[in-house]
Amino acid sequence: MLHTVNKSPFQHTTLADCARFLRSGDVVLLLEDGVLACQVGTLHVALVEGILQRVAVYALGADLKARAITELIPGIQVTDYAGFVSLVEQHKVHAWL
Amino acid sequence: MRTVLTDVKKIMCTVRRAPHGSIYVQEGLEAALIVAAYGAEVSLVFMDDGVFALKRGQDTQELGTKGFAAAYGALMDHDIQCVLVDRHAMAVRGMTEADLLSIGQDAETGELRWPRVVEAGEIAALMAEQHSILSF
Amino acid sequence: MKIAVCIGEGPYNHEAADSAYHFIRAALDRGHQIQGIFFYHDGVHNVNALMEPPQDERHMANRWSALGATGIHIVACVTAAKRRGAMEQVAHVELAGLGQLAMMTIQADRLVCFGD
Repeated sequence: MLHTVNKSPFQHTTLADCARFLRSGDVVLLLEDGVLACQVGTLHVALVEGILQRVAVYALGADLKARAITELIPGIQVTDYAGFVSLVEQHKVHAWL
Repeated sequence: MRTVLTDVKKIMCTVRRAPHGSIYVQEGLEAALIVAAYGAEVSLVFMDDGVFALKRGQDTQELGTKGFAAAYGALMDHDIQCVLVDRHAMAVRGMTEADLLSIGQDAETGELRWPRVVEAGEIAALMAEQHSILSF
Repeated sequence: MKIAVCIGEGPYNHEAADSAYHFIRAALDRGHQIQGIFFYHDGVHNVNALMEPPQDERHMANRWSALGATGIHIVACVTAAKRRGAMEQVAHVELAGLGQLAMMTIQADRLVCFGD
């Protein structure tokens, strides 16, 4: 399952909610305001690191660039829209809107 | 309208927003009914703030909105048997099974039907079986 | 692969429709078929023929119309559009009921939802 998360973890519990439903082999894609979770030195680093220990986490590069996020929590993989499509090829999708 | 399909697809609708503050619960119920009418095997899952949509005693009269009672009643008519609610989401919101509303009656026995309270693991496993998932 | 896309949020206010557009373009570039695009809730405003954004900005409705002109089936939810008085769609967009979303979802290999 590909889980897409588009909400800031500072304003919504969406990423933490999503984390409870992850299974081995699943993937999380952070996009839109969801990429705000990628930053180092924030309140939510432990949440993201906990997710990284269980599944792969991707972040959409266009959204990172737009928000001037350059330093990412280690382990997060940056992808583009083609990479997003590739993840959709491999997985069914649940959007955590 | 019922469309005959060669294989029955499993489609889940997840409802994660609180009722009344936005239209999503109403749309989610409507979509579940229509997808079921097109021959899919529908599961309806209430998670996160969506669990508040299943709280008994909701009264929208003063809001001037329709409420969901009719839609819940139609779930059984559309053969939507799988109505699940996330136990953890209920617990952290101070809800217990006694707070849940009934989602219609069994056509044959007349018995009241209730949403089934389940763990996240069961919902995640069911998600993995789906053809696709609509989010509300 | 056949991919259906559901967009539940309006244009300009939120990034969802932009994300969906970029995703769809990338999917087409990778050789996939877009089974259909369904505009739901406030998403119906994305194909409003009356929008007139500043000229130096992306024109959301024209983008979708151009995709529709290539033969992609684009539908705006008629109930949502009627509720909002958004009944004038750009060319190559159909007004239809939720049944279209059901059919797209059932027939596609994947459904990807965008929204707020």
